[in-house]
Amino acid sequence: MGVTVVNSDQENQVGSFQKGLLDGLSIAIGYMPVAVTFGLIAGSTGLTVAEAVLMSILVFAGAAQYMALSMIALGTGAIEIVLATFIVNLRHLLMSASINERAEKGDRKLRALYAFGMTDEVFAVTSTKNKPIKAYYIIGVAAIAYVSWVGFTAVGFYMGSFLPLIVQESMAIALYGLFIALLIPSIKKEGKMVLILASLGAIFHSVFALFLSTGWSIMFATILAVVLYDWVEHLLGIKNKEEDRDEEERGQASCQ
Amino acid sequence: MTMFWMIVAMGAVTYIPRLLPLVMLETEHWPAWAKRMLQRVPYAVLGALIFPGILAVHDNVWFPIISGGAAVILAYLGAPLIVVVGGAIGVLGIMQMFFL
Repeated sequence: MGVTVVNSDQENQVGSFQKGLLDGLSIAIGYMPVAVTFGLIAGSTGLTVAEAVLMSILVFAGAAQYMALSMIALGTGAIEIVLATFIVNLRHLLMSASINERAEKGDRKLRALYAFGMTDEVFAVTSTKNKPIKAYYIIGVAAIAYVSWVGFTAVGFYMGSFLPLIVQESMAIALYGLFIALLIPSIKKEGKMVLILASLGAIFHSVFALFLSTGWSIMFATILAVVLYDWVEHLLGIKNKEEDRDEEERGQASCQ
Repeated sequence: MTMFWMIVAMGAVTYIPRLLPLVMLETEHWPAWAKRMLQRVPYAVLGALIFPGILAVHDNVWFPIISGGAAVILAYLGAPLIVVVGGAIGVLGIMQMFFL
């Protein structure tokens, strides 16, 4: 009897995992160009293939990895890059917190496992499921996204050397093209809020860059932009309704 | 070697915020302002990452401004990410070929 229960449990887990893989396929396809571009730029920034792939294996966070590349290219120190990575990825606290309230209570080791894969996109896909979300389902979604991310980082790295010199020289703009590609749809979807926050970030970075290094400058610009926006919003007496917050969460989920 | 440890540390500081709420913290009663600010961080970061860094891409500041502008237009039209990035690279490449 006990054996039967274990078997049906295992079947359940395999089923959830497979469903997760299927739902995660769209993320895997979406990550393809982003990871290829990351590998490409990593090569042109001077990283070895091992370093580029290791970063995708250990970090698994698109925005932070791109940011690290741009900071490495500017000669930024390691501590600043790590701190900036921390600040940028602090937003995942929210996503894990939200998943924590929606996922099945259970094995901590499984939670620790899928916590590693809690990117914006994995969060977006899993958090739309009804409560309680199965742990193996989340692991399935994260697993296929992760394999795509790591695999296509390596593919992108080797693609770089086949490109003509003029294209390689023009790659310097790629990073900024990517950030623009991430920002514009958010502005279209969320409107003024995103535009104002991004503008404040840009303005404060320009000012701080006059006397601080890039890493600290980006960090302080970000914090000041977010705090100032909130303060002005408060002064103007704009209410933050529950619906607004939910909307922001959805928009946020699509912005990596 | 420095690069290796930097990557390991990047991995650690990325994992910790993803891990903590799932294994330890009671997050239901966080203040609204904290949630709000954390949600807005990515947008401010993107702005800071784009400007003024983009101006340093080429000696002639108009080169990155024009190729960045091309990226804005492509992204606004809803082009896929790789097309936006490729478009920016292409426009910069063309300018370098003809206006150097």
